[in-house]
Amino acid sequence: MKQWLHPGFWVALLIVLALGLAPIFSQNAGLRETGFTILLAISMAISLNIIMGYTGYVSFGHVVFYGLGGYTGMYLMDTWGAPLPLAVLGGGAAAALLAFLLGKAILRLRGAYFALATIGVNEAVRTFVSNFKPFGGPTGIELQFSVYKQYGGAADALWLTYYGVVGIAVFALVFSYYIKTSKFGLGLMSIREDEDAAEVMGVVTPDTKTLAFVASAFLPGMLGVLFFFKNGNVEPSDAFRLGFSIESLVMIMLGGQGTLLGPVIGALGYQRLRGLLLTSDVMIGSLPLKDFQLVIAGLLMLIIILFIPAGLVGWLRQRFAWLRRILV
Amino acid sequence: MKRSLLNVLALLVVLSLALAACGSPAPTEAPAAEAPAAAEPEAPAAEEAPAAAEKTAVVGFTASLTGKLNVESTRQNNGFNLWMEQVNAAGGIKLADGTMVKFASKFYDDESNKDRVQELYTKLVTEDNADFLISPYSSGLADASAVIAEQYGKIMVTTGAASDSTYQKGYTLVYQAYTPASAYLTGSADLLASLDANAKKIAIIHENDKFSTDVASALEAYALEKGYEIVLNEGYDSGTTDFAPIINKIPADVDAVMGGGHFADGQQFAKSLFDKGVKTKFISLLVAPPEPTFAEIGDAALGIVGPSQWEPLAAFTPDYGPTGAEFIEAYKAAYGEEPSYHAAGGYAAGLILQKGIETAGSLDAEAVKAALDGVDMMTFFGKIKFDTSAENHGLQIGHSMVYIQWQKDAGGALIKQVVWPAEGKTAESVYPIR
Amino acid sequence: MNAGAILTSLVDGLLIGVVYGIAAMGLNLIWGVMRVINLAHGALISLGMFGVYLLFSGLGLNPYLALVLVALMGLLMGILIYAIAITRVINAPYLSTLLATFSINMIVIGLGTAAFTTTPRDTGFSLGNVEVGPLTLQGTRLIAALVTLIVTAILYTFLYRTRTGKYIRAVSNNRSAAELMGIPSSRILALSFGIGTMLAAIAGGLIATFFSFTILSGDVYQQKSFIIGVLGGLGNPLGALVGGLILGVLEGVLPLAMPNTWVPVIEFVLFILILLVKPSGLLGGKK
Repeated sequence: MKQWLHPGFWVALLIVLALGLAPIFSQNAGLRETGFTILLAISMAISLNIIMGYTGYVSFGHVVFYGLGGYTGMYLMDTWGAPLPLAVLGGGAAAALLAFLLGKAILRLRGAYFALATIGVNEAVRTFVSNFKPFGGPTGIELQFSVYKQYGGAADALWLTYYGVVGIAVFALVFSYYIKTSKFGLGLMSIREDEDAAEVMGVVTPDTKTLAFVASAFLPGMLGVLFFFKNGNVEPSDAFRLGFSIESLVMIMLGGQGTLLGPVIGALGYQRLRGLLLTSDVMIGSLPLKDFQLVIAGLLMLIIILFIPAGLVGWLRQRFAWLRRILV
Repeated sequence: MKRSLLNVLALLVVLSLALAACGSPAPTEAPAAEAPAAAEPEAPAAEEAPAAAEKTAVVGFTASLTGKLNVESTRQNNGFNLWMEQVNAAGGIKLADGTMVKFASKFYDDESNKDRVQELYTKLVTEDNADFLISPYSSGLADASAVIAEQYGKIMVTTGAASDSTYQKGYTLVYQAYTPASAYLTGSADLLASLDANAKKIAIIHENDKFSTDVASALEAYALEKGYEIVLNEGYDSGTTDFAPIINKIPADVDAVMGGGHFADGQQFAKSLFDKGVKTKFISLLVAPPEPTFAEIGDAALGIVGPSQWEPLAAFTPDYGPTGAEFIEAYKAAYGEEPSYHAAGGYAAGLILQKGIETAGSLDAEAVKAALDGVDMMTFFGKIKFDTSAENHGLQIGHSMVYIQWQKDAGGALIKQVVWPAEGKTAESVYPIR
Repeated sequence: MNAGAILTSLVDGLLIGVVYGIAAMGLNLIWGVMRVINLAHGALISLGMFGVYLLFSGLGLNPYLALVLVALMGLLMGILIYAIAITRVINAPYLSTLLATFSINMIVIGLGTAAFTTTPRDTGFSLGNVEVGPLTLQGTRLIAALVTLIVTAILYTFLYRTRTGKYIRAVSNNRSAAELMGIPSSRILALSFGIGTMLAAIAGGLIATFFSFTILSGDVYQQKSFIIGVLGGLGNPLGALVGGLILGVLEGVLPLAMPNTWVPVIEFVLFILILLVKPSGLLGGKK
C-alpha cells in the first residue's frame, strides 16, 4: 500500500486530472477536442509503455488493438444496437483476446524480429478486415447521425466520449503504476533487463509476457471504440494506420520509456507541438510553416533520439538526483 | 567542453518541449480583426449607418496539404480562393438589411487522415468563429466533420466526399457540390451502349477502398440492368503498383475495362493495360484521366475515357455566376495553370454559398438552409440542385458528369476531348481504341 | 484456366520479383552489417525515382545514364545519413536506430511533398514490347531485370573478392572481433550504409523507367522488403533476390486462384508464420 503514497504517482495523476478536467469546468468545446486528442494519445502511450517500457518488447503494431477494438465496438453498435459503454467494453475485450491468442506465439521472438512481426500482424489484420464482409469490407462501418440521439444529441454524445477518454486515461495511469510497483511488474522489468536470467530466477516468462501484452492491448481497444463512435464511421485505412503506432512510440521516447510520467509528458508534448505546427500562421519566406510540419517534427525527433535517448523524464532523473523523488 | 555543450543543447530541446507542452493556445487564436465581426453579427450593424455596414463571414475548412490527397485538395483551395477574391473585390454580398458581407477563409492541414479532423473543425467553429464550412476532401473525413457541423448548426458544402452514404446518415445541413459516387461511371456504360450495341462484356477493376468500391458497386448494378455481362469485378489494394496479376485475370474476349481508384494507381493501371497489350475496345477509369499530368504516360493514355466533374471544354450556359470562359481566364491569371475539376469544384462551393446567402438575405444558417433547399441553378460548373428528402438530404441531384477521352490532335499531341454526354461533346469518340 | 495464363502470370511474377529483389537488397545488407532496420529505405527509393525522372525529363539524359548518377548520389547520401543520424546511436538499443531512420524518413517525405506534391509522375520512357509466343514483355522490364542481375553480380564480387568487401563481411560477422583485427569498423559501417542507400536509389531509378510514382511510392517496396527479408533470409543481400522472386511469383500466380484482395492477407500471414518458425528467414542467413 505504501507505493500509493509516493509523490511521483500523485504528480503524474495531477497532471492527467488537470488536463482532463479543464475542458469540463470551462465547458469549452475547442479545449475539449484538443483534450480528447491529447488524452487519447496519453492513454495509447501509457498502454504501449507496459509492453515496451516495462517488458522491453517494442511493438510497432500497437494500433492493431485500437483498430480491431474500434471495429468490434462499431459492429456491436451498428448491427446489434449495443449502447456505447457495452461497445467500449466489447472493443477492449476483442483487443485483449487478440493479444492473448497472439501473445504466446509472437512473444517468443526477440528484439527486431518481434517488432517486424507486430508490423506483419497489423497489416494482416488490416488486409483481412478489408475483405471481411460483416465489418463492411473496404467501405467500413457507418453510424446514422440519429445514433447520437439516445445520448442526448451530438453535442452531449461528444461530451460523453470525452468523459470516457478522461476515465480511461486516469484508469490507465493508475493501472500502469499498479503494474510498475507490483510483483508482476518486477517480473516484467527483470525480463526487460535479462530474459534468460529472469527465467532462471523463477519468472514464468511466456505467461508473464502474454499477460503484459493483454494488459497493454485492452486499453487501445476501448479507445478505438470511443474515437470511431465520435467520428461516426470507421474504414480499414484509418483503423490500422501504422503511422499512429509509430507516433505512440515516439511519444514514449520523448517522455522516457519505462517511467510512469514519461508517456504522459511525451504524448502531451508531441501532440501540442503537432497541433501548433498544423495550425500556425508563421511563414518561412513565401511558404507557410505548415507545409514543413513533417520536416520539423522529424528534425526534432532526430535531435531527441541522438542527444537525449532516455527521454525527458529519464534525462531529468539522471541529471537531478532530487527529482527522482517526485518523478517516476 | 564537448559534454557541457551537449548538455546545453539537450536542455534547450527539453525547454522547447516543455514550452510546447505548457504554452497557452494564445498564439493560434484567430486574427483579432475578424473575430468580433463574426462573433456578434448583429450588434455593430444596428448602431452604425445602415448603408456603410459591412461584415466579414468566415468560411472554414481543412485541406490535405500533406498526405495522399494533397493534389486534389490544393487545387480545390485555389478555386475557392478565387471565388472569395472576386466576391470581395466586387464589394461583397448584400444582405436584406443592406449590410455588405465580405469573406475570409481559415483552414488547417488535416494530413489526409482522420485523427484531428473533428478537433480542427471544432476549432474552426468555436475559436475561429467560422460561419460556414467546407468539407475535407475524402468521404471518411467529411463524415467526421459533418458531426461537428450538425452539432453547431453550420452549413457545410462538401466538395469531393462523393460517397452517397454520407447523405443517407441523416445530416440536415450538409450540401454536396459534386455528382455522387453512384453516378461516376454509369455514364460510361451509356456511352459504350451508344458506340457499340454488340459490346456486352465489362470487366470492373477498382481500388479496394470506400469511394472506388461504392462507384464499382453502383456501376455493376447499373450495367447488369442495362443488359451487360460483368465478366470480372475485383479490387486491388490501395498503393498497388504492379497490376500485372489482376490484368492477367481479364478474359481475352472482354469488350470494356472500367474502374480505377485515385491518381497514382489509376495512372499506373492505364499504363499497365497498355504495356500488357490488353485487347479491349473501351477503357474508362476514375479520377486520374482528367488530370493534365495523365498525358505523361504517352500512348498508354490514348483512348482512355474518364468521368470528370467539370471540363474547360464543356460549355454550359450559366444563369448564375461567371461563364466557363470567364472562370478559366481568371483562374489562369491567378495560378498560371489550366483549372482542373477540383479547382472548378472549389469555386462552385463558393457559388453555392453565395447563392444561398443572397437568396436568404442573411447569414443565419436556418435561412440559408431554406434557400439552399430551393436552389435550382445552372452555373459554369453545371446544374446544381439538392435532394431535400429526409433519406438523402443534401445529395447532389442536378449535376452530372462529363466524360473526357484522350485523343490525338492533328499534330499528334495528346489532348482531352469531351465525348459524353452527346449534347456537350467536342469530338467523336475513338472506338475501338485497341 | 489454361497453361498460357499460368505461364503469363509466372513470367510477370518473375519480372516484378526481380524488382522487389533489388528494392530489398539494400535494406537487407544494412540489417546484415549493422543490425539496423532502415525505415528510411522507402523514402530513399522514392528519391531514386525522382532522380531519374528529373534527369531524364528535365535534362533529357538517357535514363540508364541517369541511373549511374543517381547511384553515385545515393552512395554519398547514404554516407551522409550515416554520419548525421546513425553513427551516434549505432551501439544504442535498436529502437534508437529504428526511430532515427524513421526521422530521416519523415524529413525526406516532408521535403519531397513540399517540392514535388503528390501528383503522380511518369517518365514516359519506353523501349517497346517484345512478343514471345503468348507473352508480351516490356523492354524496360527486361533491361531492369538485366541491370538487377549485373548489380547483384557486382555486389557479390565486391563482398567476396575484394578486401573492402571482406572487411564488410567481417564486421557483419562480429564487429568487435573485426575491430581487434584492425579493421576500421566505423568507416566500413558508413560505407555499408552508403551501399545500401545506393541500392535503394538504383531500385527506385529502375522502377521509374516503367511505373508511375509519387514521393510516397517507395513505402510499398519497403513493406515488401520486410516480407522478402524473412523469405530470403534477413541480412543476406543475395537472398533478397531469391526472396523477391518468390514473392513476385506468389503475387503473380495466387490471384488466379482467389480474389486479388486476399493476396496481401496470405502474404502477411505467411510472413508471420515464417518469422515464428524460422526468424532468420526461410533460406537461412545468419541469426
